[in-house]
Amino acid sequence: MSANRAAESLLALSQWEELVDLPKDCPLSASEDEGDSDGERKHQKLLEAISSLGGKNRRKLAERSEASLKVSEFNVSSEGSGEKLVLADLLEPGKTSSSLATVKKQLNRVKSKKTVELPLNKEEVERIHREVAFNKTSQVLSKWDPIVLKNRQAEQLVFPLEKEQPAFAPIEHVLSGWKARTPLEQEIFNLLQKNKQPVTDPLLTPVEKASLKAMSLEEAQMRRAELQRARALQSYYEARARREKRIKSKKYHRVMKKAKAKQALKEFEQLQKVNPTTALEELEKIEKARMMERMSLKHQNSGKWAKSKAIMAKYDLEARQAIQEQLAKNKELTQKLQVASESEEEEGGTEVEELLFPDAVNEAQVNADGPNPWMLRSCTSDAKEAEIQEDPEQLPEPLAHNVSESEGDERPVAEEEILLTEFEETQSLRKRSELNQDAESVGSQETKDSISQEVLFELRTLSQKLKENRQSRKQKASSVGTVLQVQREEPAPEEEEEPLLLQRPERVQTLEELEELEKEGCFQNELPRPMLEGHQLKKNPNNQTNAPKKKKKEKMIDLQNLLTTKSPSVKSLAVPTTIEELEDEAERDQKQMIKEAFAGDDVIRDFLKEKREAVEASKPQDVDLTLPGWGEWGGVGLKPSAKKRRRFLVKAPEGPPRKDKNLPNVIINEKRNIHAAAHQVRVLPYPFTHHRQFERTIQTPIGSTWNTQRAFQKLTTPKIVTKAGHIIKPIKAEDVGYRSSSRSDLSVVQRNPKRLSARHKKQLKKTL
Amino acid sequence: MLSRNPDNYVRETKLDLQRVPRNYDPTLHPFEVPREYVRALNATKLERVFAKPFLASLDGHRDGVNCLAKHPKSLATVLSGACDGEVRIWNQTKQKCIRAIQAYEGFVRGMCTPFCGTSFFTAGDDKTVKQWKMDAPAYGEEEEPLHTILGKTVYTGIDHHWKEAVFATCGQQVDIWDEQRTSPICSMTWGFDSISSVKFNPIERFLLGSCASDRNIVLYDMRQSTPLKTVILDMRTNTISFIFTAANEDYNLYTFDMRALDTPVMVHMDHVSAVFDVDYPPTGKEFVSASFDKSIRIFPVDKSRSREVYHTNRMQHVICVKWTSDSKYIMCGSDEMNIRLWKANVSENLGVLTSREKSAKDYNQKLKEKFRHHPHIKRIARHRHLPKSIYSQIQEQRIMKEARRRKEIHCLKHSKPGSVPIVSEKKKHVVAVVK
Repeated sequence: MSANRAAESLLALSQWEELVDLPKDCPLSASEDEGDSDGERKHQKLLEAISSLGGKNRRKLAERSEASLKVSEFNVSSEGSGEKLVLADLLEPGKTSSSLATVKKQLNRVKSKKTVELPLNKEEVERIHREVAFNKTSQVLSKWDPIVLKNRQAEQLVFPLEKEQPAFAPIEHVLSGWKARTPLEQEIFNLLQKNKQPVTDPLLTPVEKASLKAMSLEEAQMRRAELQRARALQSYYEARARREKRIKSKKYHRVMKKAKAKQALKEFEQLQKVNPTTALEELEKIEKARMMERMSLKHQNSGKWAKSKAIMAKYDLEARQAIQEQLAKNKELTQKLQVASESEEEEGGTEVEELLFPDAVNEAQVNADGPNPWMLRSCTSDAKEAEIQEDPEQLPEPLAHNVSESEGDERPVAEEEILLTEFEETQSLRKRSELNQDAESVGSQETKDSISQEVLFELRTLSQKLKENRQSRKQKASSVGTVLQVQREEPAPEEEEEPLLLQRPERVQTLEELEELEKEGCFQNELPRPMLEGHQLKKNPNNQTNAPKKKKKEKMIDLQNLLTTKSPSVKSLAVPTTIEELEDEAERDQKQMIKEAFAGDDVIRDFLKEKREAVEASKPQDVDLTLPGWGEWGGVGLKPSAKKRRRFLVKAPEGPPRKDKNLPNVIINEKRNIHAAAHQVRVLPYPFTHHRQFERTIQTPIGSTWNTQRAFQKLTTPKIVTKAGHIIKPIKAEDVGYRSSSRSDLSVVQRNPKRLSARHKKQLKKTL
Repeated sequence: MLSRNPDNYVRETKLDLQRVPRNYDPTLHPFEVPREYVRALNATKLERVFAKPFLASLDGHRDGVNCLAKHPKSLATVLSGACDGEVRIWNQTKQKCIRAIQAYEGFVRGMCTPFCGTSFFTAGDDKTVKQWKMDAPAYGEEEEPLHTILGKTVYTGIDHHWKEAVFATCGQQVDIWDEQRTSPICSMTWGFDSISSVKFNPIERFLLGSCASDRNIVLYDMRQSTPLKTVILDMRTNTISFIFTAANEDYNLYTFDMRALDTPVMVHMDHVSAVFDVDYPPTGKEFVSASFDKSIRIFPVDKSRSREVYHTNRMQHVICVKWTSDSKYIMCGSDEMNIRLWKANVSENLGVLTSREKSAKDYNQKLKEKFRHHPHIKRIARHRHLPKSIYSQIQEQRIMKEARRRKEIHCLKHSKPGSVPIVSEKKKHVVAVVK
């Protein structure tokens, strides 16, 4: 047991030794030198300890047969044994202890350590530093991109960028160093104090405060605006009233008064409808006014003016009229509104008037006021006329459709009307003569009767006439019907004519073609056009003008076609050869092919058309200076007369002959003007991508002649505005909402670049 | 039908404007295009008639003006440094020199003003950077710099950061300095040639650009204290301006996108000699360039040809040019010791305009723009009188260019298809981009 214990202690000791050595990682040789003296002592001790043990153990020690150069209990050589000795195996104790685990870990760590690489040379390191720093810096600079872009695209830049806040001194400061000196100032101060006007910040009296509390700002503003408006309107109306008052024209005032009266009447009527009670009140008021009028001497003939006028009235028509007017007014004012007792009152009124008036005036007055026989008669006659007019309307109803049908029927109607008017005229003439004859002798009723009889008689005759007319018309109708049919047919031939006219050119064309075919045989295209034209003229001299034009045009095209197309090769029938035939066939095939391929594609015709259009476009245009409605009737659907148009048509002078006149297959554009070209832009300037864009910018005027003031100001805003005498400081990051990059920022950059870059990106996003 | 509605002609109040009825019926106003054309023609002619851009010449330097600087807070103040080491501060409105400092023995190489505007920095040939007060010294006080930094190498350029108290110098390397310290915060090098100019980006303020005499333009990041990228052009770049245009020795200017240096966005070519300086107005739509050919030109950013050329009989090689920060004037300093003040728009009326004048001006401007493609208007608008030297140079160079083009075409014609690449004008001038 004791031997066992001793062995254990030995093992532990050796382990301890190892542990001491290992972390230091000292070379073994050094420890040997050091441990020689020490080791010997330990060796002695060990030997003694071993000798004290039993003989069995000793022998075992002696039996050790490891082949090693140096035998030591401190070093275990693994020579001889097949496997490599691992440090950890040595550490394995008989039983596991927790304290050794840490040691093991340390050992592992020691083992995993590799050799440190050589540091880079200085230049390389600096270069890497520079690159990193450059990247960071360029990232920082990139945050300005949106601002730079914004400033470049800005319509206007105003410098200096930051607005200087004017430093306002608070009012307390101002007041503290100030005293009221002059009497006026003192007075003002006293007033302020009386009103409890606070000097400091709120600057509002208690009353004002209360009012402010009562009203919100918007309300107050609205109220103020309203008041302002009311004031402005008032002043305006006042001014207007003053102006009107100053107008001297009596007529104007009269008209105004009348208009007012009318207005009042209208309002009253409305009031009656809407609100009877107030209307009654109004009525009472009017009544009262009437009473007042009756009481007063106004508008009676008692005034100085009235008297003088009354004297004048005998000789002067105007004066008479004035007096009459006054009287009428009086009557009007004193007239009672009740309808029932009107006649009585009127009579009374007239009596009074008769009493009051001088005779001469009264006569006229009576005439004016009394029932005017002229007027009456005219009224009755009017009524009769209406009746008469009604009658024919009732009568011709069965005929109405006939009237509406044919235009020719208008005439009979007109005849009727003429008859009616004649009748009226005779009637009125008779009436007048009768009146003249029997004005005083015959009573009004008798005259009326006679008139009515006459009228009846007239009516009868008229109706008879009408009947006769109708009968005759009916008789005619059969004859007229045929005529109408003829008339209706008449337009038809005209219509037929037009197609004929349209057709004719074709026909003629065909004829001409025939002729052409003939002439091609003999003339071989020698002066074909004039000849043809001559033929045309001969053929149809009574043709309308547009027809030959069309012909000419079509003819021209045909000619050109003939000119351009290849004339068919004339074959001599006498010598038919197979080869030629074959060739011809091939050619024909090819032609056929081409024809099929370009079936609807007539290039030559298109070109000629284009050229014609160009020629037409280049011709100077006539200027029509006629003004419709000038010197004659104007209106919708009316055209100025041909004479006038001819007179005011300025014929454009015929320009110089076109350069391509004699070149059938060339169009020379003569639009370019050398003199104008000197002032024109030759190449499209840089920022524009299309000439139309550029033209549009040039064509929109910017001057105040063509633009409103606001638009003009907007269009002419300068790109850069600076303030005179102000120093413009460079833009700051804080101004545009960035954090300025400072030193502390940099330290962050160096510590954890990744996180910072992320943050920067976020910032950028925010600003974008 | 005749109608009479008082609402149409009666004012609501006395204070309202009288209504002037107008009929915009186009038939009543015919010939709108020809009429506007004539108006545009007249406007163009008048523009040329009133084209008098030269405003003033500020004289007082005793040697050629080598550098100019704008005051960040005051428009009227301009600083200039001459080749004899004198720095002058000018008041433009009075057209007078306010202050003159003998800052160096040799050249004043560079000058810059910090954003606060209370002081300015100068860099000289004697390896020093000096900081000066903007205000003149009080009576009896001596004219002395606030600080002097003695460096190891000659500084050829200087520029100040747009927000922080940091400035950059260039010489053998690009150094970035804190205003409070005497040693640079960091120095960046790439290559070994001397760097002629360094500029800060006014918007992304940590970015710098420099150009060296080994033909390259280098971009730097101040925060990471590393160069970012280099582009090598055909010839040396004299100056860069940071909305990123480079003024090159080969008579051209190149506008780059910083992120893609292999192709310039635009090649601006109109000068007939080396371009020395370039500057942008704060509006950023155009830039001005100064050249050895005794002229300055104004280019639109997106056009390859200049819109304007300024020259006078007496103006010699223009070394430096600046566009004022209200974008209305241009200053240029030239060899013959003068600083000249020009209008940025040739025929602009400088006084206060009434509203009618203003609207007429705007209208004329729009008309000119609208009809600018028409040959007569184009001819008048384009015509510039040039001094004989420039004119003949242009002719000569045109011939040379034509010859080169012809040769290229011949080469292309007589070689195997595909063997001779067709290189665009933009790509032709970029030799390489180094990462």
